[in-house]
Formats: sequence, structure tokens, C-alpha cells
Amino acid sequence: MHMYVIEMRGITKEFPGIIANDDVTLQLKKGEIHALLGENGAGKSTLMSVLFGLYKQEKGQIFKDGQEVIVSGPGDANLLGIGMVHQHFKLVHNFTVLENIVLGVETTKNGVLQMKEARKKVLELSQKYSFEIDIDKEIRHISVGMQQRVEILKMLYRENEVLIFDEPTAVLTPQEIEALMATMKELAAEGKSILFITHKLDEIKQVADRCSVLRKGKMIGTVEVADVSKEEMSEMMVGRKVSLSLEKQDYEAGQTILKVRNLCQKGRDGQKDRLKDISFDVKAGEILCIAGIEGNGQADLVYALTGIAPMDSGQVYMNGVNITRAKIRARTETGIAHIPEDRHKHGLVLDYSLAYNTILQTYYTADFQQGGFLKKSAIAKYAKRLIERFDIRSGKGEETLARSMSGGNQQKVILAREIDRDPTLLIAVQPTRGLDVGAIEYIHKQLLAQRDSGKAVLLVSLELEEVMNLADRILVMFEGKIVADVNPKDVTFQELGLYMSGALDGEQSRENAGETSAQALQPGSSTDRETQPAEVENDNVNSNSVGRKIRPTEFENQTGNQNPTAGDSPPQFEHGRGPDTEATNNESRGRPPQGELPGEGVEE
Amino acid sequence: MNRSGFLSFMSAVLVLIIGLLIGLVILLVSDASQAFTAFWTILSFGLRSMRNIGDVLLNATPIILTGLSVAFAFKTGLFNIGATGQLTVGAFVAIYIGIEFTFLPPPLRILASVLGAALAGALVGAVPGILKAYRNVHEVISCIMMNYISMFLVNFLIINFLFDQGQGRSLPMPRESNLPQAGLNYIFRDGLRASNVNLGIIIAIAVAILIYIILEKTTFGYELKACGFNRDAAKYAGINENRNIVASMMICGALAGMGGALMLMSGTGMRMDTVDSLAPEGFTGISVAFLGLNNPIGIIFSGILVAYLSLGGARMQPFGFSAEIVEVVISVIIYFCAFVFLVKAMLGKFLKGGN
Repeated sequence: MHMYVIEMRGITKEFPGIIANDDVTLQLKKGEIHALLGENGAGKSTLMSVLFGLYKQEKGQIFKDGQEVIVSGPGDANLLGIGMVHQHFKLVHNFTVLENIVLGVETTKNGVLQMKEARKKVLELSQKYSFEIDIDKEIRHISVGMQQRVEILKMLYRENEVLIFDEPTAVLTPQEIEALMATMKELAAEGKSILFITHKLDEIKQVADRCSVLRKGKMIGTVEVADVSKEEMSEMMVGRKVSLSLEKQDYEAGQTILKVRNLCQKGRDGQKDRLKDISFDVKAGEILCIAGIEGNGQADLVYALTGIAPMDSGQVYMNGVNITRAKIRARTETGIAHIPEDRHKHGLVLDYSLAYNTILQTYYTADFQQGGFLKKSAIAKYAKRLIERFDIRSGKGEETLARSMSGGNQQKVILAREIDRDPTLLIAVQPTRGLDVGAIEYIHKQLLAQRDSGKAVLLVSLELEEVMNLADRILVMFEGKIVADVNPKDVTFQELGLYMSGALDGEQSRENAGETSAQALQPGSSTDRETQPAEVENDNVNSNSVGRKIRPTEFENQTGNQNPTAGDSPPQFEHGRGPDTEATNNESRGRPPQGELPGEGVEE
Repeated sequence: MNRSGFLSFMSAVLVLIIGLLIGLVILLVSDASQAFTAFWTILSFGLRSMRNIGDVLLNATPIILTGLSVAFAFKTGLFNIGATGQLTVGAFVAIYIGIEFTFLPPPLRILASVLGAALAGALVGAVPGILKAYRNVHEVISCIMMNYISMFLVNFLIINFLFDQGQGRSLPMPRESNLPQAGLNYIFRDGLRASNVNLGIIIAIAVAILIYIILEKTTFGYELKACGFNRDAAKYAGINENRNIVASMMICGALAGMGGALMLMSGTGMRMDTVDSLAPEGFTGISVAFLGLNNPIGIIFSGILVAYLSLGGARMQPFGFSAEIVEVVISVIIYFCAFVFLVKAMLGKFLKGGN
């Protein structure tokens, strides 16, 4: 047996104007989890496309078990035992799980499908890895986490031995991530070799054996994960030192900017209520974070505050003015800025230029129009100023089509547009989703700068680390309710994780909506920990691999947590998904994959 | 010309050539001996005299306007397949005013005809717009239904108010109700026989420029296109997308309605029939819009080009081709233009892959 299952040697792939892979060598050992780390556009996806035969490399060879192979299409890759879970799943929505798994490798007799054996095999696999999946359900009716398991089952059913995961955690909840990590380890232990594409350092630390770092198309190096720190890896990735922790000054809340009282939103089509009696305040000079697992009403709350979707009952006040019934633009004009969750859906008009996107909220003001005619030169000048101030990089300056920009720079355009309007309240929803370390750092600094200049910031985030680093106050949402109002200094990741999964309800003891009474809300930590062991006992797979978002390494000392059980999140992996998870997922799945690869123009 | 503009132009030329070649194949199959002579007629007839050039411009007038109507809808994310209904209603209103409003002096009457037709078209267009905006009814469905409603309604109105019993069609327009020729008949003539080309083509070109300005230079155009590209983002920015959908469909309707007016007021003696078939100019507008890549200025040229081919095609019958074959050939060429976006995408990929 050769040392490397897959070896890509000296791969060079060029596109007009850009060398996507420059003499890249990647060696995957049998039975290892090998992380492929790099910023957006570093060439990870191109390299994988070469391995899959989607692109033909200009130079370099591919070896399987020491034998040189020519891969000229995904079919070849499959024959070589290489399988991939794509970032955007390739599943047929109105087929069942089982049908999706056998699709392409069906066994037939006289042209009739023979599903019996397939069913048996899929069930066995599903049980073996405790996937708890109903194989007769249609894809559109199962959660994103479950859909990913279907993709994994697809590879296992085909008996692939090299498994590639392309940014698999981007769409998952903390609990699902934890389960995925456990599955990956189990697969590696059985001798499968795993390539794990990511730009999240914690995940690499948690599961990977080795890590190869790509930067601007070049292979920077391959390291043993145990030997390097996260800081060193991020430096390799970005090419400069990056501060992973933020300098934050003390917080001094000013007057109330946003006041929300008894906000309710009923569920549509007989679903559960989306928002239940939400009340809170956001004050000047503070960052209020809303934490929670995706689909627990955060999106509905933001839509209700910004006016994108109407609310059923309750009041919203901005600087003391009742804006409950106000239209979107009227709200915007009271000083609300909104960095939306989905930058492609709400944040940008992708077919407009960068310049046109910078005036999306202000095009009608006297600055940019006169008598109904756009002032093109004023718009270009304004866009240039924002490009300068926010360091927005693009191919053709202010005339660049927004669609052709990288995700991080697209987000900067939105950030620039919203911040430059000098708002009094900034609502930022998942502002760093899908971005690389450098861009995340930048956006975090900008959010803190807003807060320090006396603006109110409402940050909705799924990343607990982000919440803990930035927040002055944390509200946790679960199933459309606020279940905790806590001070980040007085709460541990574990406790937040419990609130998020509905295992704890801090609101029971809560008296006053707008007040920061963290002490009163603080759950009895000792009691929580006592209740834990019983629940996690049979969780033998990942007893030492706790969820990244639940326990990042920096906080280990602070919480003084050496007890192996206390760090585990609640075991109910599928629990706590709100009524609208399905809808949100379908929306995001419905979009065409946004190609990171050059030459893959996304035409809609 | 920038790269995208170059690609657009090249792909438009390419689909035209492909369409012509397929048309030639059909001619060869039906009668090989006459095929090339007939094909040459299609290619050259429109240029054989100044009068023919004038006729090309005359025939281009309504389809430039329906082309603009379709393209305007496209820019705002809607598919206006209802241009034919809007055109029919516009045409009726134009001749009704032209025939009945004899109390107005001719210049005012002509103005009233054109504006009345635009207004009527706008009202027809508003129906699918309102249904789309407030009831989420797909505009293609409601536009198709409006086409039939418009056609039967106009047939009914003609029979009851403007019927010429002897001819089974609408009454003739008084001469002074037609658009003036504004001296164009002195330029576009062949000896003593002048073309009927009139002010209509100038109005059509002016309207195309106006639409270009609205779309590219105004905040209204900015809003409309934002809605068309990304309705969610438009909503996020506080743009009233429902109002914009209705406004957009009304403008589309007005354009097509005006096209109907200019067609019936051209002084060719054209009258409205009461047959149960939809006016083809509305559908030709779709091809014109596509061939012009939905660019208002491009549509002026694609409209003229389509009119040019149709005029030449109509002259093939003397070579022994049946009227049906002529129709098929012209339709193949024109409707092949609808592939222009596909060809543009393929051409872009090919050029990118080539270097």
C-alpha cells in the first residue's frame, strides 16, 4: 500500500488573468483527516475541481495509491472512489432520501428498479453511524443537517474511500456541527481518508490531523495540526498577523434608541408562532447581541423591526417615535441601518454596479438626484470615497458589477453603505457569515467603532464566539421567545448553549424587559452541571470533541472547565429547530451555487 | 465598444445568419430551383429603391413600439406577452377618435388618437400589473387572457360602432386623421410612387430614446431596474415594488397601444378586421426585443431589420412559393432571434475558453 491515497503533484491551473493554482502539491494519507485551509478565492475549489476532472490542469499529475491517473470527469472520480459533499448540496428535492442515495447507481431488473437491497444497505449504513434519518422522507421536508447526512450516505453507499467535505459546517447548527465532526472522526478511524475544506480554524483544531494552507493559488505549506496554534495557521492563510481577539473598551450605555414591546408574529399555514411577546431595548453605545440557533425567530424579528414583514401585534419605538406601522423607507429614515442576513437576496442588486449599490438606500436624496435624474458623477464620486474609506477591492473600481466581486468585498459594500449613512441604530444580521478571517476582523472592528461612537448596535449572530467577543448584552432566542438576557461577563459558553437549545429558560425569573439584570438571570451553574452527565453518557463518540461553538479553546481557562461532561452540549441534535427552518433552508437551497471559481459565470 | 457590447452585437449578427441559413434550407427543400433567387429577394428587396426603404421604416414603426413594450417589461423583471392585446385596444381607440371626433381640428385629433391609444393600452396593461402586484397572479397567464379579452372586445366594439357592412371590417379613416408624412414621401419614393412612410417612425425613434433615458438616467428607472434584478433587495431599500410593477406594466401597455395607433394611422388604407386571430405585431415585438437585447436603442435597429426581412419575404410569392412557406421562412428567421441570449452566453464562453 502506498503512503498516499491521493497525491496531487505540481498542479497548475490558469484562467485568463489569474493563476488559480500555482504548482500546488497536496498529499492525502490513508485514514487521515486533512484540512485544506484558505481564504475565499485562494484556489481551494479550483484544486478540488481539478481532482474531480471538472477542470483540466495545465501542469501536474494526480496519483491514486501511487499510480498516476487521468481524471476527466466526475464519473472517473467516482470510479476511483472519490466522493464529495458540496457546499450546496446536489439533491433532488422531491425525491426521497433513499431515491437520492441510489440515484445514478440504481440496480434494475428488466428496467424495473430494485430498491429492496438498496434500502437494506442504506438502513445499515444509517444505523452504523447513528444518522437517525427517515429514508422515506422527501428531501424538501428534512433539515439542512439531515440533507448533509444524505450526501454523506451517498458517498458511503458508493463505497468511496476518499471523502471530500466542502465547507460542510457553514449551514449547520452547533449541535449538527458536533455530530458531523464525530462522524468524520469515525469515518477516518475506519480507514476512509477525508479532505476537509474550510476557513474555520477551530474546526481544524478539533478534527484535522494535518492541514494544508493555500494562499493566492500557492501552497504555503502542510503542517501537523497538533504542532501549530490557530494564530500561526491564520497567519499562514492571510499572510500577516491577525488578531483573533478584539480590543474592547468598557461599555457605557446611553439613552434608549430602540424600544420593542410585546412583539408577536403568528405562524402562517398552521405553523407555530414565529415571535412570542418579544420586548427589549437597545441603548446608544452598546452592542446588543441576539444569540440562538438558526430558525428560532431571529430573522422574523429583524424583518419585523425593519418593516420587511409586517408584525401581528406589539410596538416598536425608534428614539421614542412609534414606528410600528411605518413603511420600510420611513423606518430607514429614522436612522435604522440594516446589514441583512442574506447579502445576495436583500443586501445587493447583483446586476448593478458597485456604485449603484452604494446608493441603494439614498438614491432619491438630493445628493444623488435632481428633478428625477440621477447625478452620475456625484454617484461615482461617492462610490470612490467609500471604496477608499472601506478598502473595497474590485476589478474595475466603482463600475464593477457587484456580482463579480468576492463575498468579503460585497459585504464591505453593504457595510460601507449602511455605516456611511450615519445611522443611530445598526442592525447587523450574521455580518461575517461565509467570510474569511481578514474580512471578519475588519467587520468586527467596524461594529465596535460604531458602538464606541455612540451608536446602538443590534447584532444577530449564530456564532457564539462572535457573540461573546462583541456583545455588551446578550439576548438568547429560542422558538420565537427571548429565553435569556445576560451579560457576557457573567455567562459561560455552556450556559449560552443550554439557553439556545431550550434546556434552560432564564426568562422565568425575569421581571423587567429592558433591564440588564444579569445576576438575577444567571442560572445556577452547579445545578446545570449536575443534570448533565446523565444525558450525555451514551455519547461515546465525541466525549473529547465538544462543539466548537460551545467551547472554544480561549475560554477553557476562564470557565475553569476540566470536567469532560460539563462541556458537552445537550444531546438532542435535532431539537430546537424553529418552525420556519424549513422555509429558510429552502430559500437558501433554491439559489444557484455561487461559483467561487473563475470561469463559472453565474447567470440567473 | 466595450466587451459586453461587442458580444451583444456579434451574437445578434450570428443568430441572424443562422436563422437565414435555416430559412434557406427550408426554401431549398420546398423548391430548390427557385430557392436562391427567392433568398436573394429576402436579402436585397428592402434596399432596391428608396420607396422600399421607406416601406421598411413604415413597417418597422409598430414593431419597434411593441419591442420596446416587451423590453421595458423585461428590464423590470416582467414578461409582457400581452403586447398584442394592448396594441389591438390602442388601435381601436385611435381609429375611433380618428373617425368619430371630427369636431376636433386634424392636428388635435391626431394627437388625441395617439394619446388615447396609449392611455387605453396602459389600462389594458394595468390589469395584469395589478393582479401581479397585489394578488401574485403570474403576468404571463393574465397577459395571455387579456389578449383574448382585448381581441373579442375590440371585435364587438367594431361591429357595434365602426362597422363597414360592405367590407366586413372597420370603417375607413378620414384622410386628415392619418399621421402627416412630413415630407418623408419626397425622400422615400420610386419615380412617382411614394412610400407611405410618415411621422410614425420618427415618433417611434423618439419614444425609444425617451425609454432609454428613463431606464438609464432617472431615479424611476433605477427603481424599476432594481425591482427587475432583485425584488427582495428593492423591497429592502424601501422601494414600493408593487407600485413599480403596476407602473411598469402600464408603460408597457402605453407603448404597445401607441404602436397600434401608429399602425392604423399610417394612411395605407389599413383597417381592422373582425376575425378571431391575435395581431402578430405583438408577438413579433418579443423577437424584436430579444434581437435588440432589450436595449431601447438596439430595438430601433432590430425593428428595422425585422421589417426589412418581412418586406423581402413578402416578395417571394412570385417565385412560386406558397404563402404558407413564405410565412414559415420569415417566422423561422425572426423567431430564431429569440435565441440571441443563448448564443451570447455560448459565444462568451467560447471566447473565454479560446484564449
